Amino acid sequence: MELYEYGVCELASLLKKGEVSSSQITRALLDRIETRDKDVGAFLYVDREGALKAADEADKARKDGRDEPLLGVPIAVKDNICTKGTKTTCASKMLEDFVPPYDATVVKRLKQAGAVIVGKTNMDEFAMGSSTENSAFKKTANPWDYGKVPGGSSGGSAACVAASEVPAALGSDTGGSIRQPASFCGAVGLKPTYGRISRYGLVAFASSLDQIGPFARNVQDVALLMNVMAGPDELDSTSAPGKEIYDLNSVKSGVRGLKIGLPKEYFGEGVSAEVKDTVYGAVKKLEKLGAVVEQTSLPYSGYALAAYYIISSAEASSNLARYDGIRYGHRAEKFDDLTDLYARSRSEGFGKEVKRRIMLGTYVLSAGYYDAYYKKALEVRTLIKNDFDRAFEKYDVLISPTSPTVAFGFGEKSDPLEMYLADILTVPVNIAGLPAVSVPCGLAGGLPVGLQIIGRPFDEKTLFKGADAVLQTAGKLRPEVR
Amino acid sequence: MDFEAVIGLEVHAELLTKSKIFCGCTTEFGGQPNTHCCPVCLGLPGTLPVLNRRTVEYTIMAGLALNCTISKFSKMDRKNYFYPDLPKAYQISQYDLPLCREGYVEIETEQGIKKIGIIRAHLEEDAGKLIHEESEGSSFVDYNRTGVPLIEIVSYPDMRTPEEARLYLTKLKSILEYTEVSDCKMQEGSLRVDTNISVRPKGSEEFGTKVELKNLSSFRAVYKALEYEFKRQSDAVGRGEKIAQETRRWDEAKGITIPMRSKEEAHDYRYFPEPDIVPIEVTDEWIEEIRKKIPELPHQKKERFVRDMDLPVYDAGVITADKALSDFFERCVGIYGNPKTISNWVMGEILRSMKESEIDSADIPISPEQLVRLQKLVDDSVISISMGKKVFDSMFKTGKDPEVIVKEEGLSQISDEDTLRAVILKVIDNNPKSVADYMGGKEKAIGFLVGQAMKETRGKANPQMVNELVREELNKINKN
Repeated sequence: MELYEYGVCELASLLKKGEVSSSQITRALLDRIETRDKDVGAFLYVDREGALKAADEADKARKDGRDEPLLGVPIAVKDNICTKGTKTTCASKMLEDFVPPYDATVVKRLKQAGAVIVGKTNMDEFAMGSSTENSAFKKTANPWDYGKVPGGSSGGSAACVAASEVPAALGSDTGGSIRQPASFCGAVGLKPTYGRISRYGLVAFASSLDQIGPFARNVQDVALLMNVMAGPDELDSTSAPGKEIYDLNSVKSGVRGLKIGLPKEYFGEGVSAEVKDTVYGAVKKLEKLGAVVEQTSLPYSGYALAAYYIISSAEASSNLARYDGIRYGHRAEKFDDLTDLYARSRSEGFGKEVKRRIMLGTYVLSAGYYDAYYKKALEVRTLIKNDFDRAFEKYDVLISPTSPTVAFGFGEKSDPLEMYLADILTVPVNIAGLPAVSVPCGLAGGLPVGLQIIGRPFDEKTLFKGADAVLQTAGKLRPEVR
Repeated sequence: MDFEAVIGLEVHAELLTKSKIFCGCTTEFGGQPNTHCCPVCLGLPGTLPVLNRRTVEYTIMAGLALNCTISKFSKMDRKNYFYPDLPKAYQISQYDLPLCREGYVEIETEQGIKKIGIIRAHLEEDAGKLIHEESEGSSFVDYNRTGVPLIEIVSYPDMRTPEEARLYLTKLKSILEYTEVSDCKMQEGSLRVDTNISVRPKGSEEFGTKVELKNLSSFRAVYKALEYEFKRQSDAVGRGEKIAQETRRWDEAKGITIPMRSKEEAHDYRYFPEPDIVPIEVTDEWIEEIRKKIPELPHQKKERFVRDMDLPVYDAGVITADKALSDFFERCVGIYGNPKTISNWVMGEILRSMKESEIDSADIPISPEQLVRLQKLVDDSVISISMGKKVFDSMFKTGKDPEVIVKEEGLSQISDEDTLRAVILKVIDNNPKSVADYMGGKEKAIGFLVGQAMKETRGKANPQMVNELVREELNKINKN
């Protein structure tokens, strides 16, 4: 087995035993990236020098007797998560040259745990999109089929993990941006409970919905990364108090007695038959393993997508207003006056989809429209939360497909509304602030199908058990073995 | 037609917390541009604001001192607009759920005590400052002030004259100073005032069209601008013209207001709840804890001065209206005792000198110890009281000790009997007519002789002794 094929826990264990050095692993992965990423295009920036240096330091630290959980393990980071001294562009011309003078809290914690940051991954500009086609810089291909998109917005992170360029990567999920690309690329992707992980250093898209989470190729790796990253942060007042350490062995403790609800609205008309069948097939297997499965209903689901696009765009229009060409970021070369400077810098710096959302968000917050749109969307948010609360009185988890379809082709969804529909099964989770994981459960037409498990707030632990069971029953799903 | 003004005020005061509202940067005034900043107050991508609990406490304390109801549940909101001094392009403020609501302050008008209602007092962040370099044709931004906590206090339109507005501001300022919520230094921008005014025929209950006034850099400017605007609007309405709803700028140099922007140009701030900051929940226990920390307020101090120090009500009112001045006064009384004597200095020389040299009470160049020592020189007859006032002026200008001034300028009082007697004998010799007048029964003539003796000693003679010695010598002549 090649070094790049190992997962996080496996590598950590090899390092601990002294069977391999971090430098060896990092070199192997950098080589892998060099050959494989030409086709995949997952990385916006590979920090070869920085990674090798960090690996070297990790090896020295190990000799000094240190044993942090990720000491020497390489990992990739989505390019909207700040890395001190390394460009953080959000795949936007606006921040093409932006180098943050600070690490995001998650990056700080990863580094403290000994992780080696190998580079920054491609994404939809400012995390707005579902295919990574909105990157201002490059195209990322699906490792299973280069003619298909990797999903988005964390397409780069999903693709590099699926292509075995790194064992794990960080993404961010505002309406499905971790789970949907995980589903398209056949990776495990967790969107933790809102507040579980500090958002400090995550360039904001929609503050009340954004959450950082990990991608990996198995569930234990996801749990280990959560152990390192989760927990309260005094730099983020929306981070939740209390920290849970997940027992990596209990991840494999099975689903016997687990009460599973299948919300019928999530298996409706828009969902392709092959995706439905694959997910139902996986659920059947869980049932055989002792889970109790029932159909249920989340009646307000139909309003989630509309509410999501109003709330997320409203917050985005405000969050992205700071990119005005005054202090950092793109500034137009020629301008007449202050207003013109703003208008030109922002027209030139932002891509089409970002502008669309800013305009939408500005509109729904405007005097005379606020009550009809934004306020109503907040009311819907409450109703959707109530839906979930009721369901969780009866069920431990809810299961659905992650995406209505498997990965689609480049340029296939040219109508923005059609693209928005790709998020229909993932956005309710963000609206309710719940944890959810996407785990590959089989193939349809040769492409991975993601199964979404939604849990109670702060009950990631149960999601891990369910996800691991699904992954075990699905068998090994790697692009190489296709 | 007789008109009356309807005036409301919007006051912004910087809170005296050590650190900014959402980060650990200092709130200190001044400093090299952009040295009191960090990624958070600069709003760099990915940073998040974390609310400084002290700023909430200060706001609640101000609210309690202004007789407000404190909201148990409150939240921060975003006010969106583009301007280079606003690094996030939104100001974090409070919109529909301010921390403090429905309060009042009492002012003393000639017609008696009047309550001025307060609609709300809320917490928000300050913006930076633009520095225009006309010679270079460019502008610079200093973000040191960005994120300094502010309280915004909005009054009801309860004031009817510019004088009432002035009284309200003075009272508000003294309350904020007493609670040490703000130092209220207008010249440093830690207190800023906007006002709105409309006019209506006296007796009318309806409001006229209101005009907002900006660029008011002192209480005097507020007063003058309101006076000007009252006249402008009254004249216009008197002529049958309509008042435009607009914002006008006070031009201090010209003494007029100039239109700035009309209602149509007004911003749509697109307020919405700040998702980065969790709502503020205030418990009764917390409110009580803060209430206990409220120091003595101006009206309480005034009552105490009258009750315990036997100070005249008027003196007590003037002195306690100004916190630094009342502190100065109390320190003097603490050392010296005899409040009335100290009050005479404060009400007389100190207030006059402050006004003449445009010095704030916080910056009085004389220490209480120095003033008391000056009074002791008077008590010990080293100098006369009138000489004392001259020494005071010199102290105020130079900051020197009274003893040093008396010595340097040779001002110490002549109380030596022999010296004085020699001077008086000379005066008597030189003024036979006055002596004759006195002998002839003109008692008043003695005043002239005393005056001459004082003049001869350039005011340094002990006036009491001169008086006595002149009588003595004249009586001697009489007997002979």
